[in-house]
Amino acid sequence: MKFAYYPGCSQEGSALDYGKSTGALCAALGIELAEIPGWSCCGSTPAHAVDTQLSAALCARNLDLAAREGADQVVTPCPSCLSNLRLAADRMKEPAFRKGVNELLDAPAAEVLPESTSVMQLIGRVYDADTLASRVKNPLSGIKLAAYYGCLMSRPADVMQFGDPENPTLMETLLSACGAEMVEFPLKTVCCGASFGIPERPLTARNSGRILELATRLGVDAIAVACPLCQMNLDLRQKQAAKAEDAHFHMPVLYFTQLMGLAMGIAPEHLGLDQLCVSAGPLLRKMDAARAAQSAKGTEAKGGKA
Amino acid sequence: MMNAISLGRMRDPAFTREVEERSGQDISTCYQCGNCTAGCPAGFVYDRQVNQIMRGVQLGLKEQVLKSNAVWFCLGCSMCSLRCPNNIDVARVMETLRHMARHEGDVTVPRVEKFWLSFLDTVRAFGRTWEIGTMALYMFRSLRLTTDLDLAPAALKRHKLPFIPKCAPDEGAAAAGRILARYKERARAKGVRP
Repeated sequence: MKFAYYPGCSQEGSALDYGKSTGALCAALGIELAEIPGWSCCGSTPAHAVDTQLSAALCARNLDLAAREGADQVVTPCPSCLSNLRLAADRMKEPAFRKGVNELLDAPAAEVLPESTSVMQLIGRVYDADTLASRVKNPLSGIKLAAYYGCLMSRPADVMQFGDPENPTLMETLLSACGAEMVEFPLKTVCCGASFGIPERPLTARNSGRILELATRLGVDAIAVACPLCQMNLDLRQKQAAKAEDAHFHMPVLYFTQLMGLAMGIAPEHLGLDQLCVSAGPLLRKMDAARAAQSAKGTEAKGGKA
Repeated sequence: MMNAISLGRMRDPAFTREVEERSGQDISTCYQCGNCTAGCPAGFVYDRQVNQIMRGVQLGLKEQVLKSNAVWFCLGCSMCSLRCPNNIDVARVMETLRHMARHEGDVTVPRVEKFWLSFLDTVRAFGRTWEIGTMALYMFRSLRLTTDLDLAPAALKRHKLPFIPKCAPDEGAAAAGRILARYKERARAKGVRP
């Protein structure tokens, strides 16, 4: 299966590990991602904060490129890109809006723009839980995780079509199929503070701090995320969040693609685990220990000697 | 009567209509249940809460609304829209207000706008965002020269901030640059802040 792939700028910078693990995981799952040639930035929050048509034009350029490649489906790992691409495609259906956007483009965009979806939804569509479980080589047994989706993955609900907008469960489905224990995480769709870490630190530090505090209290081994900005706020900015909460955290924050990649038996260095600020070392050791115990049990059951 | 506030003189019904028209929302249906405010993750830095902003729009209190810092600190997470019992897309209203405030030249929290413009400058130059470039431009513009310096060692050590920008290949950078240039030109022709 081949899909038009829109990585998004973060995957080449602050979320290099997300891009790496997405590529490795999809390859292991037989999902072929064909990068849209010459793709450019969707404009993210700054573009739509400034002007709705500017944001749509930056997105439409990429959707148009994908359409010209004959794609009917664009796939992106980043929720912010996804939200912008989907909103743009939606709004472009309105003639007056489309006209305004086309004025900003080199040439009018294709009449029919491809649909966009997330890497997570694509995997969920191609693999049901049982088939996915049958592909697992290195189960995440003994690992307790909190799935944190952030705000954009499921909202606005009518645009994102991601199930219950306050209680999505796809990440739980995928990661439990990989053998992990998933906890109920009530803050799963509450905003982490987005890009305000730069202009207004308390806004991000306090919101991220609350998420880290709850995850710590629930005793999880890591938080699983799908958004480059959430990952940065919870991992790179973890000390800032701890200061705001007057607490001390040591919580690894991994992309769901890194966790699924581990389960598929992909080596940590091909998943960019070395780029995490809070090390995933304890989690890897726990996985190894669980596996060793399992194989010892297996040998015992067979009556052999370890 | 010295301290009386004359609401009549402050009200601008045209403002209410303009917000409704631009956002496509029927703001008159807001009955102040406060769900939006209860779920807002940014409320603690607002000078006026979301439900107060909605009431302000209903009353046509243009200046109070457009000069509120909430317009700038809204995270755009849409929790308010999701929880509104009358299906008002409150986040859309907030974004509309942000656009209108910029057009009026009312930028209450300039550093937020400076961050956005710095980000878009790197997109115009390279077709893709460049984190270090965005940060440098932002620090220069806002004179907040020590922003996030505490993060630099960890970010650099883990190669999270490339020193060299990634240029969108195959004409991508130039094409994105042209979109931003046309947008600026159009905004200037309309006489609004680009």
